[in-house]
Amino acid sequence: MAVGLSHYLAVSAILLVLGLVGIFLNRKNVIVILMSVELILLAVNLNLVAFSAHLNDLAGQVFAMFVLTVAAAEASIGLAIIVIYFRNRGSIEVEDISTLRG
Amino acid sequence: MITAAAFYIFAFVLIAAATMVVTSRNPVHSVLFLILAFFNAAALMLIAGAEFLAMILVIVYVGAVAVLFLFVVMMLDIDFARLREGFQRYLPIGGVVGLILLLELALVIGTWTTATEASDLRLAPNPGGGVSNTKALGQILYTDYVYLFQIAGLVLLVAMIGAIVLTHRRRPGTKRQDVAAQIARSGSVNLEQVPTGVGIGELGIRRPTLPEAPKPKQVEHADHHGGHH
Repeated sequence: MAVGLSHYLAVSAILLVLGLVGIFLNRKNVIVILMSVELILLAVNLNLVAFSAHLNDLAGQVFAMFVLTVAAAEASIGLAIIVIYFRNRGSIEVEDISTLRG
Repeated sequence: MITAAAFYIFAFVLIAAATMVVTSRNPVHSVLFLILAFFNAAALMLIAGAEFLAMILVIVYVGAVAVLFLFVVMMLDIDFARLREGFQRYLPIGGVVGLILLLELALVIGTWTTATEASDLRLAPNPGGGVSNTKALGQILYTDYVYLFQIAGLVLLVAMIGAIVLTHRRRPGTKRQDVAAQIARSGSVNLEQVPTGVGIGELGIRRPTLPEAPKPKQVEHADHHGGHH
């Protein structure tokens, strides 16, 4: 059975659902939530690449690259926020984070 | 045939690693499984023919982002057992939401078809022939998408400055060099022309007057007349 577009779409759909479930399951651990967001963005990238290969169009790969850029920026800022939050409070439990409101 | 077998192996390992990222007991293991998932996703992209993106994924994600995660997880001294408390509690609702989303996505994928004029609407058709993926990407990235490329660089710059500003702190105990204060200081530093060939002792080089030794503390008298000035 040849590998087609629907195979890629199925894999990335499962990956997206796993990322979403990860956000639900790890309600207290912000680091794992950030990793789940990375998984979701990876699913998006896989989708873009699969469509790009299917339609023989390079624009999808260019956009996947931009998604990669934004994901890297998001990870760095998120981890920086976690570091200063931990420095101030001594824990990274999400349920306390509502105290961040100004 | 071998491509299909490779695809299934990589897809299976990718999904298994993603499951372990989500359910792992120790965040360090989560990060390591995340690295495994990125490697397998890069392999899937290789199978799809996006070689440049696969390599970028390995370099950027595995080399930078995952190591950053690992660094933060190991740097913060976190009580991991307490962070797992809500896991069982949120398992039912997480499972239900995930199942519903998966069903909806399955419906979308099952009933979806490509538009007939899709190949006419392509923005940047793959040149094909002897042009490699990297060269073809570069040819459109630096021409058609050059503004988006610059904006992506700007996003990274803002993220870098933001991360530095967020995590930078002034510790009270450390002493820093304040260049402005050094330059602005006047009167205490003078430039003088000194005749050469004359000994220091004969010249009587002026030295800055030493600060006066602190006077012995006055014993506090009961009567305060004239004590303070």
